[in-house]
Amino acid sequence: MKALAALAALLLAAVAQSALGGLAWRGFAAVDLVLVVVVYLALTGGPVAGLLAGTVGGLVQDALSPGILGMGGLAKTVVGFLAGRFGTQFIVTSTVPRLLAFAAATAAHAVLFMGAYSVLGLRSFPNALVSTAVQAAGNGLLGVIGFQLAERLPRALERRRARGGMRVRP
Amino acid sequence: MALADIVQRPGLLFAGALLLHLGLISVQVTTGAGTTVFHAVVFGSLSEAQRGTAWATGSVRDLWTGYFALRDVRAENARLRDEVNALQVQLQAERARAERADAYRSLLQLRARVPLETTGAEVIAAAASPSFRTITIDKGASDGVEADMAVVAPSGVVGRVTQPGPRAALVQLIIDGNAAAGAVVERTRVQGIVVGLGDGTLRMDYVPATGDVVTGDVVVTSGIDGLYPAGFVLGTVTRVSRGDGLYHEVAVQPAVDFSRLEDVLVVRQRQAAAASAAEAVK
Repeated sequence: MKALAALAALLLAAVAQSALGGLAWRGFAAVDLVLVVVVYLALTGGPVAGLLAGTVGGLVQDALSPGILGMGGLAKTVVGFLAGRFGTQFIVTSTVPRLLAFAAATAAHAVLFMGAYSVLGLRSFPNALVSTAVQAAGNGLLGVIGFQLAERLPRALERRRARGGMRVRP
Repeated sequence: MALADIVQRPGLLFAGALLLHLGLISVQVTTGAGTTVFHAVVFGSLSEAQRGTAWATGSVRDLWTGYFALRDVRAENARLRDEVNALQVQLQAERARAERADAYRSLLQLRARVPLETTGAEVIAAAASPSFRTITIDKGASDGVEADMAVVAPSGVVGRVTQPGPRAALVQLIIDGNAAAGAVVERTRVQGIVVGLGDGTLRMDYVPATGDVVTGDVVVTSGIDGLYPAGFVLGTVTRVSRGDGLYHEVAVQPAVDFSRLEDVLVVRQRQAAAASAAEAVK
């Protein structure tokens, strides 16, 4: 059930990324929704969840892009695995460490993805530094908001349900 | 080894996933260009999901804007917009014809230009990966769309088809970091190559330092690349600065607003572009 929810989240992120293509800051794509979901699953589920989410999410993005199939998958698999390891070794429960984790994951993903393309001479990335910085900030912000929502929403619903239940009783 | 045992050994799983990806990549790189069956099938099915999403959101939007708000006006508006689009494209073709005729009148006898055959398409999705600047259109191989066909909008060049699926196609935008087009400054006929920078802007390379280029000049396709028909607007020069040596550094603002792109035209006759290229070379 959890795996299905994760798969649905990844597919939803890929579709939403397509739909929100115009979401940009000064011409640069501000977020990579699939990467945010991968890192979130890795931090909450560990290295296996991270690498599986990275593989699936990366391959889906590759399939919808003109590049080499597997490049995004490779980068996201490594990032998912490392983020999962990081999540099991360190306590990542407050806002700043989470923000940094998402930003670092974005930077690592950019190095792997752009590095692999550049090493093979298949593609150049003008303005790589600026675009990575913009995305690191965007992904970090979105990741933190996602964590807050995932943690607070069920508790808020629970409280609401409890209050409603108390009122019904005579 | 049971599945549970594998899950307990993340290192092994990680190595397996890496091998899978490296295998995938190496197969593609060594065989060079061309779409794999897996890529086509996955892209085809996922583009159907994108089409479904676009249809669902479009239906809700249409219901609201087309029925509740502007029941009759919308139909008329759509018809008029199509007319305007068609006229703007016609205008561009006429303008290209006129400026080329001016340039060659004294040198060559008048040539009949190859008329462009186009197919209208709707944009159903933007890029799935932020590292690429692409769009997905709702026309594919079944509509006669092929790889390397030029895609234009009434305001100018959009990009080229890189991956046609059965009922959808992936289009690399001209602003993508790896896109390029043969270009010429309309006013002075100074040639160069316009490349995308990935940040929504363009740069015109290989413009000689002696070339006459100023801010505000319109840059159009030269047709020399064999992909884009000649005379279509790429953008406007926003900055010209002295480069390192022999060339100017020319910044170009794209003519097309890619954030609002909804309808495009696929130039179906690749030979039209090839003919433009031949003319340009002559």
